[in-house]
Amino acid sequence: MNNELLGREFPATPPYLVGREKVREFARAVFADAPLHTDVDAARALGYADVVAPPTFAMVIQDQTLQQLLAEPDSGIELARTIHAEQRFAYTRPIVAGDELSGRLKVTGIRMMAGNAMITSEAEITDAAGAHVVTATSVLLVGSDESEDAA
Amino acid sequence: MSYTVGDVIAERTVHLTRESLVRYAGASGDFNPIHYRDDVAASVGLPGVLAHGMLTMGLASSVVVAALGDSSKITDYGVRFTRPVVVDPQGGADVSVLAKVGAVDEQSVRIDLTVKHADTTVLVKAQLRVAL
Repeated sequence: MNNELLGREFPATPPYLVGREKVREFARAVFADAPLHTDVDAARALGYADVVAPPTFAMVIQDQTLQQLLAEPDSGIELARTIHAEQRFAYTRPIVAGDELSGRLKVTGIRMMAGNAMITSEAEITDAAGAHVVTATSVLLVGSDESEDAA
Repeated sequence: MSYTVGDVIAERTVHLTRESLVRYAGASGDFNPIHYRDDVAASVGLPGVLAHGMLTMGLASSVVVAALGDSSKITDYGVRFTRPVVVDPQGGADVSVLAKVGAVDEQSVRIDLTVKHADTTVLVKAQLRVAL
């Protein structure tokens, strides 16, 4: 694991346009059956411009930022040995179809534990106007590749 | 809506199958093979193909949002993934969600989620904060 990742910041991801059918697809995948996720009229009755994404949809944008981290030649992170240990979202507002979202990732913590690395990163997700929508914080547990040889 | 500590907000059991995992992979873009390939799961020492932690986290908040009817007041949602949910190719896996009021103050209510699979708690410190 590479301690030099600590504090590393990545450029903002290209704008992601949240589509209505994508919201519906994601809602179905997470068993989100509240009408505001799929029914435009129900969402509008609550004051939204379009259907509302479930709270964890922010992960789709955060994932784009994490791909930047995984693609770093010196990251030492192998997907199959990576476990998602912790996740948090801090919302200013829900994500709504029609939003154009961009994420900016920063590695905020690295801790070694028995040969494994705990990597904390924060993705700040903003809309087309630059306003904050949600901050997504992940803790990834990355296992060392020597574990198999030792076992 | 007024809240009292201990009130049950919602309760539901969701049955996951391998199809649920493939559906979530496609919807989320998370194609880590440990969520659909038994051989890859076994090669990294896992007991079987696992549900995405984010699928478990996502279905848990779905239960709460369905009860609230809106998500505009949710200010914070966090979990720790402590135990994997192994999804059997034939039998699938049941995930139960119990959402209770954990704390109330003047500004917000904290909803505590108990999320279990086969009597084992799979999410710890699963808490959702809703502004009042």
